[in-house]
Amino acid sequence: MKTFPRGIHTGHKKEATQSLPIRKAALPKRVVLPLQQNLGVPAEAIVKVGDVVAEGQKIADSAKFVSAPIHAPIAGKVIRIEKLLTAAGVLVMSIVIEAAEDVPAASPAKNRRSWKDLDRDAIRKAVREAGIVGLGGATFPTHVKLSPPSEKKIDAVIINGCECEPYLTVDHRLMLERPGDILSGAGAIARAVGAERIILGIENNKPDAIEALTAEVSKEGLSGVEIVSLKTKYPQGGEKMLIKAILGREVPSGGLPMDVGVVVHNVGTAVAIAEALESGKPLIERVVTIAGSGVREPNNLLVRIGTSFAEVIEQCGGLTEDAAKIIMGGPMTGTAVSSMEVPVVKATSSILVLAKKDVGEIAEGDCIRCGRCIKACPVGLMPNYLANFAKLKDWERMEEYHVADCIECGCCAYICPARIFLVQHFKVAKRELQLRKAVC
Amino acid sequence: MLMNFETSVSPHIRARDDAQRIMWWVVFSLLFPVAAATWFFGFKALLLVVFTMVVAVLAEAAFQRIVGKPITIRDGSAAVTGILLALVLPPTLPLWMAGIGAVAAVVLVKGLFGGLGFNIFNPALAARAILLASWPVAMTTWVAPFALDSVTTASPLFLAKMHQAVPDYLSLFMGSRAGSLGETSVPAILIGAGILYWKKIIDWPAPTAFIGSVALLTAILGQDPLFHVLSGGLLLGAFFMATDYVTAPVTTKGRFIFGLGCGVMTVLIRLYGGFPEGVNYSILIMNMLTPVIDTYVRPRLYGGVKKHG
Repeated sequence: MKTFPRGIHTGHKKEATQSLPIRKAALPKRVVLPLQQNLGVPAEAIVKVGDVVAEGQKIADSAKFVSAPIHAPIAGKVIRIEKLLTAAGVLVMSIVIEAAEDVPAASPAKNRRSWKDLDRDAIRKAVREAGIVGLGGATFPTHVKLSPPSEKKIDAVIINGCECEPYLTVDHRLMLERPGDILSGAGAIARAVGAERIILGIENNKPDAIEALTAEVSKEGLSGVEIVSLKTKYPQGGEKMLIKAILGREVPSGGLPMDVGVVVHNVGTAVAIAEALESGKPLIERVVTIAGSGVREPNNLLVRIGTSFAEVIEQCGGLTEDAAKIIMGGPMTGTAVSSMEVPVVKATSSILVLAKKDVGEIAEGDCIRCGRCIKACPVGLMPNYLANFAKLKDWERMEEYHVADCIECGCCAYICPARIFLVQHFKVAKRELQLRKAVC
Repeated sequence: MLMNFETSVSPHIRARDDAQRIMWWVVFSLLFPVAAATWFFGFKALLLVVFTMVVAVLAEAAFQRIVGKPITIRDGSAAVTGILLALVLPPTLPLWMAGIGAVAAVVLVKGLFGGLGFNIFNPALAARAILLASWPVAMTTWVAPFALDSVTTASPLFLAKMHQAVPDYLSLFMGSRAGSLGETSVPAILIGAGILYWKKIIDWPAPTAFIGSVALLTAILGQDPLFHVLSGGLLLGAFFMATDYVTAPVTTKGRFIFGLGCGVMTVLIRLYGGFPEGVNYSILIMNMLTPVIDTYVRPRLYGGVKKHG
């Protein structure tokens, strides 16, 4: 069974939602659209307060390459453009749209076309115009990954269907319900980057997804498409771990997957690409897993971007009495949010609500040098020593011990018997080192 | 219900094992050698174990109280130190000497270095070395098993050193021979070690390298490897002392090197040194080298080390 070295077993906790088909959420009456929804340069508003916007109309864009436009998820009127709280806990300039009736459609619906009729530039342009970013949670603008510099020869496209975070079942459901779109999206990606091979990597705890995609591949008679079953281990879905597991290649420290001839895209991104190419649909909605011990009716919902967490949770029976923590994303890498008012963004793969009993009180202890963090770290770091240096604010030593290579997967902090806040220390150190570089 | 929720940095879930749980599992695993010691050396042995453990725990609490640190005796580490110390003492050692050893272990060797996680030397073994230097006769007076009237006898390694007849393999294996409390019964040690291995609390590199190198080296040097593996404190030391988190290296490779060093030094001391047994000192010497091993033996970085320039 293919996998990567080290890592951890977290338990899946996916039972509550893995067999629930994706359901459309109710259209929100109001949406909040932060202008920073991608890694890189934020978009700028191209509408004004008072403007009437159609569903799918572009409302923010940027002239910069590493950026992605934002579209109106609902028809309505722009009522405010101001700084508002996001899930990341910071204030971001946001466009607020209130739903309105009788707004004419932006442009007549395009006829369905096939991605096979498009060349690589047309694919990149359509993906950019649709505002697609990496939907696994990283939110890197997808068209950038589709445009490798000419000196980088890409031979393989990996479609990431691991979904190694506990609780999350978004990608699992997409693989079961939209295998055709995933393969179309993958085909378009391969054409855009000029790759011959397409490899779908799926953890072996999702045999039905492997089966569904295998059936689709043989139905369509596709050649050059491989489906690889991977060991269920966290963080199997980490880009670097996935490349190592499938191809045995290692992305050089500080480098990108394209340095070893690979691009990796999430299954959700592939579906979004297929939709954008075949019907011109921009990224205005995404599938979100709502799960955890603090929510009454866990579900997988297709939610319009900009819908508040509160409204989404309400459609899942609301919070339990003892709900204590709300997390955007998975429990290993997600961000805890302080308010239910924050909107669903392109990065929101999940809204996870943990009850008091699952949150617990964590007090940081002293390292007992058990070495479990070292056995867990998929990158090969020594988290215990890094934490010691962090406490001494010895940034140079942290750099020497490769803190910059940390992928913040959380394996070390998960396993640590002394409950040391390892990831927190490393995030602080990475930021500190970046700032120092910027100053020097 | 738009109240403020708890926020903290990821990850938001944790593994079940915490430091305290691990320590109490170690205490549990040590009950098997303790039971064997009681069987072979009588109630006096059990009394020595309980007394040493209680003194270690009380000494830790008193020390932390005096220096104004939080009292951490609930983490079980002082109890582990106390039991381990008792297991490397002769069954007939007067309680007050064992008590001084326990105080030395938790205060001198651990507490003064900063407490759990900061000590350089294994507290139980360093305390044993202190006791051996202070009361060499009492610390090397052995009794035969089942001898209620405390008939003194020689340890198998001493007999070997003096070129005298040694007990047969079965006695050595079962533990029916003279020696420190917890070192004699191989089955009891293996059961305890098996529990720790099953709970993933200890790993294989240090014990394997330690025992393996003793066997290999004694065989090469024309000695009886099976005798050397079954005698003295090798198995107790390899499974319970060389695997001590705090005083051994943190990487798999480092732990293997640590075990190797312990094994080589044990054989050198046993065959060419002044003492019949070398497990205690070999581990203490390797404890000193642990920071060096940790500095130079690091895991391989994914993607290799970045090229400069």
